[in-house]
Amino acid sequence: MNTKLNSLPETKPVRSRFRNTIGKYTIKRNSNCIACGKCAELCPHGVHIKPDNYSAPFRPVEHNCIGFACKDTDHYCIEHCPEEAMTLKENPLLETMGDYRWTPDMLLGHFAMAETGDLPHVDLEYSLGNSGGGFDKMRFKKPEPGLALDLSDEEIDTGIDLNKTGDGRPLKTISIPCYGGGMSYGSTALSVIVGRARAAKRLNSLTCTGEGGYPPEFLPYKDHVITQVATGLFGVREETIQNCPVMEFKYAQGAKPGLGGHLLGEKVTEAVAKMRETVVGRPLFSPFPFHSVYSVEDHKKHVDWMKEINHKVLCSVKVSTPTDVDMVAVGAYYAGAHIIHIDGSYGGTGAAPDIAKKNIAMPIEYAIPKVHRFLVEEGARDKITLIASGGIRNAMDVAKAIALGADGCVIGTADLIAVECVRCGNCESGRGCARGIATTDPELGYMIDEAYVEQRLVNMYMAWRKQWCRLLRSFGLKSIKELRGRSDLLVHLDYLDEEERKQYQSSPGYKMVL
Amino acid sequence: MPQKYTIHTKPAPPKFYPVGKYATIEFRENCAGSCKECVKKKCVYDIFKNNYLHMSKMEEPEYLYTCNSCFRCIQECTKGIFSRVINPEYRDIGDEYYTPDVINRTWYQAHTGSIPVSGAGYRGPFVGKGFDSMWTDMSEIVRPTRDGIHGREYINTCIELSRRPERLAFHEDGSLAVAVNPILEIPLPILFEKPSFGVLSPKVLVSMLKAAQAIGTKMFMDADEINETLTPFGTTIIPKIKKENVHRFAGLLKGSDMVEIDYEPGIETFLEALKAAHENLVISVGLPLSAALNYAEIGVALSNTVMDTLHVYADYNGRELHSQNPRFIKDMLRDIHVAMVKAGTRRQINILASGGVSMAEHVNKTIICGADGVVIDRPLLLAMECRLCDRCRKGLSCPVKLEEIDPAYGSNRIINLMGAWRNQMLEMLGAMGLREARRLRGEVGRSMWFEDLEKESFGPIFGERKISLDVG
Repeated sequence: MNTKLNSLPETKPVRSRFRNTIGKYTIKRNSNCIACGKCAELCPHGVHIKPDNYSAPFRPVEHNCIGFACKDTDHYCIEHCPEEAMTLKENPLLETMGDYRWTPDMLLGHFAMAETGDLPHVDLEYSLGNSGGGFDKMRFKKPEPGLALDLSDEEIDTGIDLNKTGDGRPLKTISIPCYGGGMSYGSTALSVIVGRARAAKRLNSLTCTGEGGYPPEFLPYKDHVITQVATGLFGVREETIQNCPVMEFKYAQGAKPGLGGHLLGEKVTEAVAKMRETVVGRPLFSPFPFHSVYSVEDHKKHVDWMKEINHKVLCSVKVSTPTDVDMVAVGAYYAGAHIIHIDGSYGGTGAAPDIAKKNIAMPIEYAIPKVHRFLVEEGARDKITLIASGGIRNAMDVAKAIALGADGCVIGTADLIAVECVRCGNCESGRGCARGIATTDPELGYMIDEAYVEQRLVNMYMAWRKQWCRLLRSFGLKSIKELRGRSDLLVHLDYLDEEERKQYQSSPGYKMVL
Repeated sequence: MPQKYTIHTKPAPPKFYPVGKYATIEFRENCAGSCKECVKKKCVYDIFKNNYLHMSKMEEPEYLYTCNSCFRCIQECTKGIFSRVINPEYRDIGDEYYTPDVINRTWYQAHTGSIPVSGAGYRGPFVGKGFDSMWTDMSEIVRPTRDGIHGREYINTCIELSRRPERLAFHEDGSLAVAVNPILEIPLPILFEKPSFGVLSPKVLVSMLKAAQAIGTKMFMDADEINETLTPFGTTIIPKIKKENVHRFAGLLKGSDMVEIDYEPGIETFLEALKAAHENLVISVGLPLSAALNYAEIGVALSNTVMDTLHVYADYNGRELHSQNPRFIKDMLRDIHVAMVKAGTRRQINILASGGVSMAEHVNKTIICGADGVVIDRPLLLAMECRLCDRCRKGLSCPVKLEEIDPAYGSNRIINLMGAWRNQMLEMLGAMGLREARRLRGEVGRSMWFEDLEKESFGPIFGERKISLDVG
């Protein structure tokens, strides 16, 4: 096994950027509190903290509270408080948070993973959303007894290969089955995208420039940065193609399939304009489609062009998921692509028309088996890497996508959740993201720094890795590559008889108000 | 070069605070009072800036509408005094089809004329009933225009309302050997109809008519309700008449270019007589999509008459009428469209569909299912700030004083909504690589349906589906 696979990056706690964290439970002290410190003495989860030289405990750190599960333990603060000064209840705020796809539990679970590098100790359902279909209705079968392997996480291979063509170009392997989706300089704060690149380096994975140019801050991490070539060709220069180990042609994207990109004028600051070689304050449109590509032959010309500029680069082709996505994938293969990246309709990080996200192109869950099957039938499956994205939210979604036929996944939104995006969706509004993530606003930009982003992402992916290792072990698999196309390990609740269905975890029953 | 059709929008802010989703709660007794870090002052969206003014006016606080849900006030207040709940009033507006979210988006579009845009991906359920169980296709490399859908080239959203001859015939000298009636065309596949309930004051109706006139569409109204004050709207109005009362509206029909007759058995002869009397009048037949009627068969029979347009009516939420187990309009339309295609008459006539169109995406989806255009009513009321609270049905006052609306303002809001809807139509058409709304009619090949995708993608993996999702 490649030694690099085993040299996992170190996880370490990174606290929330915000004073008041959001927990599943809310715990309050009333005025009866005599500041005796009993609660701080008892709580092993760090909810109650009273430093020695302080006269009163700090406000409870609510997101660490395990809630009513604590009742049966000997450290249940509510019962042990001598003054009965504390109350515990489920946090009513959660009703106003999250949505069908990213439930409040999934958001809080990922905040916790990014903070600790471990799986949350609070009872949060972070692997299933409430969408009522697709990944949220799929479960892994219960493994046969005796299959489980006695291997440590370090001995499990979660790496995937990005060049299967045997064309003499580098055999690129990344250590986790996912890499970062394109987020451009201009749409996202510089500290966020550079932080992602730093995390990609530590994780031996990749991140992607998006269509915003290649800021010099990427150079120290250039072996882990994909240069995206999209229709506006913003920031695409010979040297940015020469810098990168993988280049990505973006034909379309799941969040706005068949539509172009649009960066609002407010976000085109002097630095952004310089990077994109445009005018300050003027909105920037990436048209759709590539007007130099109207056939597979035209596409091959594009691929050849990049390969000629950089003799070591691997080519990825990013497309959306139309009815004929399988044909498109095979076309990309015959044009000489190393990676076909299909981007389903429910994902995306940047601002996009709601009508497009909901209605145009098919969800990724349908596209993966369709493309996988067709590539197998064409005899091309083992010569190209199939990457899926668009609505892949968590470690189990990644595993399900791989079992359906993908080699790996591209992740965007989960990266943002790790740095405390709450999915308010106002990425496009005037000054950009109020939480300092998707913004170029000088005031809001101060809210986040590269080291924070880097470590939070490392933490989250290491927590994801624990879930993949646990899953692979249970099925007797040593490598995540062995999971590819193992759809026989999956069930879909709607395809089971009632009795069979009862054996599996039911879908979360949140009441959503939309 | 002919002028391109554009709907000119201009912002029309709400006169009444819309019912927002979130209510911010402050536990003021815990406020430090003199905090220099007060999060209210730092709100990125300035929602607290004037939030004291409502107190003296005894009005709702403004932030009920404007909170953008960034959680910063909740997470940054030094005393943690902020929380948030879903506004109870928000839960109560609308119904299962016109959800609070649909209503709020409609208000936003009527206010701004802009397409709703958001970041961080899709938020809704994987699949839903009715139109939410279909997706539209896109093309990776085909695009109708080279400089974006709002660029120099043009995506045509016109539809015709008049009948098309089956084929043209010519004399030896090249002159036409068949009579061709005038073509009646509107620039977008959306027509209006007077709602059957709501505050329908003259000002409300004039607002709707002014908007229809401004954007070049038409509005269906009962002929009985058309009075002299509506004369300026001329052919914008499509009078709806019945067989038995047509004699009372001879004058009105002379000034109209289109009329609608309620369907009844044996109407065919009457249609012939009406056409003979008014040669250039486009005739629409209003057919209820009732479980008691074989609407596909009736549609085919009518398409063989002189009828120009078949206007089918489902209920407000797109459901079949008079049925215990109602079908959804998408499936009913497919039946009618396919029956006419089989009968070879579909290309001669037009189909308009009423019911179930609450959002822009429903326009294209209705057309994919077989209609030429849609007819809307409730969204017009919503554009004018209606809350679908049903108070008017109970004889109570309207919370947004709809009866007093200024028609200039009301029509502005409706025009904005139509502008936003049309732009969204263009987005979908553009993604599909189509340059004409007419090309979309019945084009199910440009759509993907839940049942088909499940069967094709999941069938080989999971076998037979045991739970049938109610997508009707």
